[in-house]
Amino acid sequence: MKKLLNDPADAVADSLAGFALAHSDLVRVSTLPVFVSRAGGAVTGKVGLVSGGGAGHEPLHAGFVGDGMLDAAVPGAVFTSPTPDQILPAIQAADGGAGVLTIVKNYTGDVLNFETAVELAEADDIQVASVLVNDDVAVEDSLYTAGRRGVAGTVAVEKIAGAAADRGVDLAGVTAVAQRVIANVRTMGVALAAPTVPHVGRPSFDLPDDEIEVGIGIHGEPGRHRVPAASADEVTEMLVTPVADDLALARGERVLLFVNGMGGTPLSELYVVYGRARRLLEERGVTVSRSLVGNYVTSLEMQGASVTVLRLDDELEALWDAPVNTAALRW
Amino acid sequence: MALDADWAERWVRRTADAIADAKDELTELDRQIGDGDHGENLHRGFQAVVARLDDAAAEPGAADERTVGDVLKLVATTLMSTVGGASGPLYGTAYLRAAKVSGRTEIDQPAVVAVLEAALEGVSSRGKATVGEKTMVDAWQAAVDAAEAAARDGGSEVDVLRAAAEAADKAATGTIPLIATKGRASYLGERSAGHEDPGARSTALVLGAAMAAALSGPAPADPRTAA
Repeated sequence: MKKLLNDPADAVADSLAGFALAHSDLVRVSTLPVFVSRAGGAVTGKVGLVSGGGAGHEPLHAGFVGDGMLDAAVPGAVFTSPTPDQILPAIQAADGGAGVLTIVKNYTGDVLNFETAVELAEADDIQVASVLVNDDVAVEDSLYTAGRRGVAGTVAVEKIAGAAADRGVDLAGVTAVAQRVIANVRTMGVALAAPTVPHVGRPSFDLPDDEIEVGIGIHGEPGRHRVPAASADEVTEMLVTPVADDLALARGERVLLFVNGMGGTPLSELYVVYGRARRLLEERGVTVSRSLVGNYVTSLEMQGASVTVLRLDDELEALWDAPVNTAALRW
Repeated sequence: MALDADWAERWVRRTADAIADAKDELTELDRQIGDGDHGENLHRGFQAVVARLDDAAAEPGAADERTVGDVLKLVATTLMSTVGGASGPLYGTAYLRAAKVSGRTEIDQPAVVAVLEAALEGVSSRGKATVGEKTMVDAWQAAVDAAEAAARDGGSEVDVLRAAAEAADKAATGTIPLIATKGRASYLGERSAGHEDPGARSTALVLGAAMAAALSGPAPADPRTAA
């Protein structure tokens, strides 16, 4: 394994230090405890948005701090959720007096640490609401698992809730919009090769050259099924079909199609997946009215991709289109 | 022999040593069915605990009045603020609940059982897991059952801790054939069978350290040089 690192124990801190310098116009990076907030501080009277989770998913979440999206982000150790004493000051930094919405991915560690931090913030007289992103359709039977994981759909939740907050919508309203995105977004992912966590030094799972993992999460954990490697078209179908079926997409509906790279797959291949995914959706009579292709929710250098579909209506589409200015997303 | 705050400190330092030794093994267990960071995360947390114990030892104070609960509370807050993931809040809550029932300078055999019961209650309520779901609850529950039985039989504090440690070790091994339904491993479904749960294994290490600390007597002057 070769990585551009100094001491693996400093991987997250060194990366954030560079991130802070590169985007000093947008963000401020706090150390001890570690969190990222807007350069200009909380916006008075606006609902604050806070998200977070393990490092290793860059640009999620710190890359989405800025106008029209998040007010603060809290990175933990690689693939490990942050601690309450990091999350609490991030919530405080995001509070402009109108309350704070925390956007949490459904992973046991994220849920436990955010729950604790929210209790502490409430004891501090900050009004906090929370939503749980659980867009991963690979988890078929939520009764017998920790529930569906929150994966790439998180970007859509953060973008759209961020736009609503920017418009001056109150905490209950921003929460409702975020919930509506969560109810209408689904994702399925595939890995062609496992990532290597810096301090572990070995791939997160063993995967033969001629096999792929279907139904992966974003922490380098193995997927639900292992199948022989196949063509891009065949793999894309394995991702799109369960997503479209789970959303019960009907003819005439319109969607955002988001093809996300896991960090180690070239953009050219992501566009191959996008092309096939779009045709598959159109064959169902669904209109792809918005698109996003790129590495937004990664798992270090994992080779692979996920397909996310968000059912759109006029309001969600307008909020998606609203201006955004962050390190990783801007228009 | 009632157990005091020095025992609690020996327990914690021995746990840190045991986790350091088993760091790679725990990470490998977690790599098989989780995301491969359990050993590293717990190691980071317990190293921070040891650093805080060293700081506290350097400060002049009324060490005689230190309770078992004081030590366990220091462990709880340090783990919560340094570990993250699921194991930070789970172990943090376990030690916090244990601290609440041990706010005395010495704890006797029924109190040792109460400490283990409180820890189990903390882990299961925070993680919403029950026995058989292939989590650390499997090891904690087995430990509590064994500790209660040993106490009923009139065992000493050491006997109670030995029963708990042995039962936790056996229960950790017993998680191997189980299919996980809670935590990260649950996403693997049937593929989680055949692998030991890393949380149950680390629980066995923690309880093994508790027993060893009770057997070992007072710590040497510089615990960092202890074998």
